[in-house]
Amino acid sequence: MTKRNPDYDFKWCPGCGDFAVVRAVELSLAEWVNTSNRPIEETVMVAGIGCSGNLVHLQEGPQPFGIHGIHGRTLPIALGVKSARPDLNVVVVAGDGDFLSIGGEHIAPAAKRNLDVTCIIMDNGVYGLTKGQASPTTEFGQITPTTPYGKLDDPVNPLLLYLSYGVPFIVSAISTRPRVLAQQIGEAMDYPGFSIVHVQSPCTTYNDTYEALKGNPAKGIDPGAWEIPDSHDPGNLSAALDLVREAGIPIGLLHRANESVPMHERLVEAKERLRVKTRSVDQLLDMVAV
Amino acid sequence: MTAAEGLAQAAGRVGYHVQTYSTYPSQIKGGPTWAQTRISTNPIQHDGDALDILVVLNREAYESHVAELRDGGVLVYNAEDFELESNGNAVGIAVDELARSTGNPRAANMVVIGAVAALGGMPPEYFEDFIRERFTRGRDNDQQIIDANIEALKLGVQEIERAGFKVSDLDEPPSENGPRVVIKGNDLLSLGAITSGLDIFVGYPISPATTILVFMEDHLTGEGKSVVQASSEIESISTIIGAGYAGRKAMTSTAGPGLSLMGEGLGFAWMAEIPCVVVDVQRGGPATGLPTKTEQSDLLACLNPGHGDLRLPVIAPGTVEECWTAGIMGLNWAERYQGPVIVLSEMQLAERAQDIPRPDPATAHVEHRVVSQGEVGNRRYAGDGVTPFPVPGGAGAYVANASEHDEQGDTVHQPDTHPTMTARRFNKLKILEDGDYELDNADSPVALMPWGGSKGAARAAYEELRAAGVDIGWSYTMYLNPLPPPLLEHLRSKELVLVPELNYLGQFSSILRQLGVPAESLTQFTGLPFKVRDLVGRVQERCGAGRLAQV
Repeated sequence: MTKRNPDYDFKWCPGCGDFAVVRAVELSLAEWVNTSNRPIEETVMVAGIGCSGNLVHLQEGPQPFGIHGIHGRTLPIALGVKSARPDLNVVVVAGDGDFLSIGGEHIAPAAKRNLDVTCIIMDNGVYGLTKGQASPTTEFGQITPTTPYGKLDDPVNPLLLYLSYGVPFIVSAISTRPRVLAQQIGEAMDYPGFSIVHVQSPCTTYNDTYEALKGNPAKGIDPGAWEIPDSHDPGNLSAALDLVREAGIPIGLLHRANESVPMHERLVEAKERLRVKTRSVDQLLDMVAV
Repeated sequence: MTAAEGLAQAAGRVGYHVQTYSTYPSQIKGGPTWAQTRISTNPIQHDGDALDILVVLNREAYESHVAELRDGGVLVYNAEDFELESNGNAVGIAVDELARSTGNPRAANMVVIGAVAALGGMPPEYFEDFIRERFTRGRDNDQQIIDANIEALKLGVQEIERAGFKVSDLDEPPSENGPRVVIKGNDLLSLGAITSGLDIFVGYPISPATTILVFMEDHLTGEGKSVVQASSEIESISTIIGAGYAGRKAMTSTAGPGLSLMGEGLGFAWMAEIPCVVVDVQRGGPATGLPTKTEQSDLLACLNPGHGDLRLPVIAPGTVEECWTAGIMGLNWAERYQGPVIVLSEMQLAERAQDIPRPDPATAHVEHRVVSQGEVGNRRYAGDGVTPFPVPGGAGAYVANASEHDEQGDTVHQPDTHPTMTARRFNKLKILEDGDYELDNADSPVALMPWGGSKGAARAAYEELRAAGVDIGWSYTMYLNPLPPPLLEHLRSKELVLVPELNYLGQFSSILRQLGVPAESLTQFTGLPFKVRDLVGRVQERCGAGRLAQV
C-alpha cells in the first residue's frame, strides 16, 4: 500500500488528540526510513481495539505492514512478530483501555522479556469508541455512563506501573506537540529494548482534558502537565519514581535504563554461551531406536 | 524411568512389539500411580483389557487393581509392605531388601523386571545387554552399577522360579520388523512438526500437553528457530498469530482449559487468514476437569472454538504412529489454506510409548504457503480462494484485520462485504478435502467409525467381531474437518454408523448426523480408554442378534 485507503470511512472526532499522534507516527517512520535506509515495509504496526487502533488505517503516505487484531493483545501479537523476525521494526499502537485494562496482564511479561518493540499509548482516560465509559485512567469521582455515582476506583498511574514492571525506556508525552512526539517515538524505536511512549491524547467528545492538562489562567486552572526538568537523570530509577509520585503528569523522557539487552539477543547469546547443539530429526530418532 | 518403561525398552530392543501407558494423579509426589507394559509378537493396537501380571507395591494398589487381573494371571506384591493370604496366584517378593543385597538399593526396578520377565517366559539375557548399554556412562563405578543391576535382575528371576509360577511362554520376537523406535505420542507429534519446518513454538504449561513444550525447548534450536514460554494461553495464541503473520511456521500446544482461552484468537486467525497450528491434547473436561485422565470431549470446541461463523480444520491422530503424520499435516494444512488448524490429540496418545516403524523425515511431504512476490500488491484478500501471502519486509503492505474488511484489510462493515468475505473463508476449506481414510468390508450396511485415540480398541473390536462372523464394516480417518468427501458419501449410504467416542454428548456422531450420516455414538466418559470386550459387547447389544447378519 503506498497511500492510505481513500474509502476508509472511520473518522476521529474534530480535535481528537489521535490526529496529532498519527502525524507524529508518520513523521517518525519517514525519519526511520531516511536514517536506517530500510523500506517502510520492514515496519509492522500492531494496533489494539478502540479509537486509537484505527491509526493503522489512517496513516497518510507510504504504508507499513499492519495488524489490527483483537482487544488487548497487541503485546503478545508483537511478541510473535518479533520472535519470528527480530530484524523487523515493530510498533504497537493502543489506547488506555486496551493496553492497561483488558491487556494489562501482558505488560509485565513483555517488560521482563525485554521485548524490543515500541508502544505508543494514546491515553484519553475513557472508552471512546463505546461512548464514554470509565477506563483505568479515568479520574476518581468522575461521572461517566458506567460510574453514575462518580468513579469509585482509584485511577491507575501508568507511569508508576511501567517503572515498577521494569520497562527500560519510558517517555511521557502530550499530543499537542506532534514534532516533539515524533522525535520521542524515533528515540524509542532506536532504543534496544522494550519502550513505551505514553501520550496524553484527549477525547474532545467524552473527556476533554486539554484545559486540565494545559491550564487556563483566566479560570485560575493550573496546568496538570509539567515538563520534567533538564536536571533529571533518565538512568536514575529512583529519581523517576519520585517524579511520577508528584501531583500532575510529568512530561518528557522519564526513564532510560543504561543497560538493556533485548529478548532476541539474550537467546542468541545463551545459545552461543552454552554451545547448544541442534540435533536433526534423524539424530533424535536414533536416541529412541530399538 | 519406571520398571514398566525399562521392561518395554528392553523387550523392544530384542524385537518384540511393546507399549506402555501410565496415569498419575495431579500432584507432584505420591498418590496412586500406575504404569503398564504390553509385550507382544504382533503389533499392539490398544492398552489391553486385562492384566496377565499385576505388580503391586502397596495394599492400596492391590485393592484398586486386583479386579483387572485375568483368570490365570499372577500377582506379584511387595512382601515388605504388606502380606496377602495365599490364594494360589500370588508371589510376595521383598523387592527393596533384594535390591539392597546387591549393594545398590536403586536396583529395585530391576528385581521387578526380572520377576515379570520370568513370569512371561523371556530369557534374562535379553535384559543384560540392555542393562550394560543403559548404565555405561563413562563413570568410574559403571561396572559396579551394571553388576548390581544384573544381580538384581537374577534375584527377581529366582524368586519366580522358586515360587514355580509362569504366565506364558512368549514366542521368539519377530525377526524382520525393520528399523523401529519406541516413543510417546507427544514426542512423535513434536518431531513431525519439526520435520514439517516448524520455526516458532509457544506454550504454557498444562497437562497433558506440557511434554510438547519441554520437547520443543530442548530440540527446536536451529538457526532462526525459537521457543517461547508464554504467560498464558491467550499469549500463546496471540504470539503464534504474530509469528504466522510474519511469514513463519508457528505452533502452540495446550489442553481443554487453554483451548477455551484461545477462542477469540483462533477466530482472529480465521478472520485474518493467518497460518498457525494449535495442538489440543485432550483431558477430561469441562473447566479444570480431569487433568490427567483421557477423554475425547473437545471436538465441538475445536471445530468452533470462538464466536461467529467459523469451522476450523481438525486433524485427530488415532495412534502413536499417526501423531507423526498429524504433526506434519497440521502445519501443511495451515500453510496451504492460510489459516488456523487444530491437531486434536489426547492423554492416552500423549503418554503412551509404543514401538512403531521408524519414520523417515526425508520422505515427509512438506508444504509451504504461496508467498506474494508483489503480484497481488496490497490486495491480500482478493478473490474467493487462497491469495499469495504478502510477508512483512516484502511487497504488499496490508492490514491483517480481525474486523470484517475489504481486499486490503481495511475495516468495512457494509452488508455486501461480510457475505463475500465469509464465503471466501469457508471456500478455502475445499483445498483440504484430500485427506486419506480407511474402509474395510465396505459393503456392510453397518460401519464402525471411531475417531482419535479410540481407534486402536475399536479396530481390535472390529477384528473380533469379524472373526466371529459378524457383518460390520470399518471406516476411519484422522481428517475430521473437512472430512474426505468420498468417505462422507460412503457413510451417508449406510444404515447405521456406530461411533465409539470418549465423551457424554456423542460429539462426533452429532457432527456426522448434521452431515446426513445415520450415526450413533457408543460413549464412555470414565477418564479411561475403551476396553475391547466392552466395545464388542456394546456393538452386539446395539445391533441385536438379528440386526447384524452373520457372514
